[in-house]
Amino acid sequence: MAADIIIEAKNLSKSFGKFRAVEDLSFAINHGDVYGFLGQNGAGKSTTMRMLLGLIFPDEGSVYIKGEKFGNRSRHLLKHVGAVIERPDLYKYLSGWDNLRMFAQLSGVPITNGRLHEVLEIVGLKGREQDKVKGYSQGMKQRLGIAIAMVHNPDLLILDEPTNGLDPQGIYEMRVLIQRLSKDFGKTILISSHLLHEIEQIATRMIIINRGKKIIEGDVTTLLSPDDTNVDVRIGAVDITPSLKASKWVAALTNEADGKLQFRMNPSNIPALTKWLVEQGADVYEINASHSLEAYFLSLTNEDNAKA
Amino acid sequence: MLRLELYKIFKRPRTYISFAIITAFALVIQLALVADGKNFISFALQAVNEQFDIKGNILNGYLVTYIILQSLLVQIPLLVALVAGDVLAGEANMGTMRLLLTKPVSRTKLVLVKYAASVCYALMLITWLAIIALALSVSIFGAGDLINLKSDSFVIILKQDVLWRYLAAFGFAALAMSTVSALALFLSSFADNAIGPIMGTMGVIVVLMIFTTLDLPIFNTISKYLFTTHMIGWKGFFDDPVPYAAITRSAVILAIYTVLFVGATIWWFNKKDIQS
Repeated sequence: MAADIIIEAKNLSKSFGKFRAVEDLSFAINHGDVYGFLGQNGAGKSTTMRMLLGLIFPDEGSVYIKGEKFGNRSRHLLKHVGAVIERPDLYKYLSGWDNLRMFAQLSGVPITNGRLHEVLEIVGLKGREQDKVKGYSQGMKQRLGIAIAMVHNPDLLILDEPTNGLDPQGIYEMRVLIQRLSKDFGKTILISSHLLHEIEQIATRMIIINRGKKIIEGDVTTLLSPDDTNVDVRIGAVDITPSLKASKWVAALTNEADGKLQFRMNPSNIPALTKWLVEQGADVYEINASHSLEAYFLSLTNEDNAKA
Repeated sequence: MLRLELYKIFKRPRTYISFAIITAFALVIQLALVADGKNFISFALQAVNEQFDIKGNILNGYLVTYIILQSLLVQIPLLVALVAGDVLAGEANMGTMRLLLTKPVSRTKLVLVKYAASVCYALMLITWLAIIALALSVSIFGAGDLINLKSDSFVIILKQDVLWRYLAAFGFAALAMSTVSALALFLSSFADNAIGPIMGTMGVIVVLMIFTTLDLPIFNTISKYLFTTHMIGWKGFFDDPVPYAAITRSAVILAIYTVLFVGATIWWFNKKDIQS
């Protein structure tokens, strides 16, 4: 196993009754990654994250943390990990400080009051730590959850849909915080979401799962390369097929039917394409550009909606 | 970890409801006996007085304590279950179990610490009962010889011979409540909210007590193996002579049940998927 792999899932499978939640899922997260875990609601993201943390036991497969097999007998490995799974549920009748202090004492690492103040500062809760958690907003609870996850200075943070339930300002602040944790504090982060746009802005690597299976995995810059943008063009009833086939644009053409053309190319080429079409006498009615991965991800959503 | 668990238990206002209930219950009985104690005693000793002439401070603090303990036979297990039934299920209900189990703490240790915290709470409840029932009753009614009325006989225990029996009885009650805590903990490991385990614990105790108290041959065969039969072993300390062998047997049976319940909880909790 490569030395820089922080956590690795090997052939994880899990069923609940007849429902297959996760099937033969493998991936590895390297030191320094912000690893996006993308999938629709019910795709198996939370089940996978729970298996990584030993909350749920896989039917098959294994989890390795820093190269060591993780299980009930090796829970000490969790000192390398901090996590917020789904909602950051806390003891509402206790103050933020009490919650942080209590979970810090369970983290397997000696933690000073100075460190508690430090993490409160990082997540922006300084000054509100003595308030009872029942008075916190959803965003404050999320930030306290992250403070609890990182208080023992783990290598890896696992954040399950951390922007869920937040308003736009809260989502922005959370994004900034996560980017800061990665850049300024060198944390490796596994973050799940059902929004491609969100992962695109934060992650360096990503995996998409659907119905518990891996669909695609790789670097965000590669997977979301502008060269893979779908450009859909609707033109008037002019047959431009012969000139199109003779042009340089044929290399980018992926579909042609009933006045609708589809290209896969960098969106920076759209003005030149439009100009060329007009020069060929075509009336251009509509041009839409969307990334192929986004289109694919949208199709998964539509598929699920159609079944609902 | 135990300190943290106790901190959580005693930071919750509802924990103090049990202490308030015991206080209210004891005070009501003490007030009633202050107001109408003589009539109560003459009624209770009606049959005895036909053959014996009993004189002295009969309605004393020791007798009042005995009456309070008899009256709280069912309530104390319920109050113990209020907290013990909540220690695992309550964490699941609040969602904090997820966060707890992402920390490098073994599940076995977590169960044992939670059980220890429940037992500490039960011990504090019993101690409070001892203070409010025994100390307060003796200060109100004074000390005296204890008359223990039974269905077919009565036992008089001399004043100077009573206190150690109460201390032993409270000790035995603490053991019995440890068993109730273990049962509530076991049921708590299956649930995602505390109501089920609390009601379940009471249900089990009430049903088994029916087996214990109904004097039918079919029940007699099994009742000697039920922990509820042995929960009232503390009464043995108010017999003369004290049936040490029976009390020891009861204590051993309660300890066995405790180990079984806690062991089963550890086994189940170590293989349980946390989905709450």
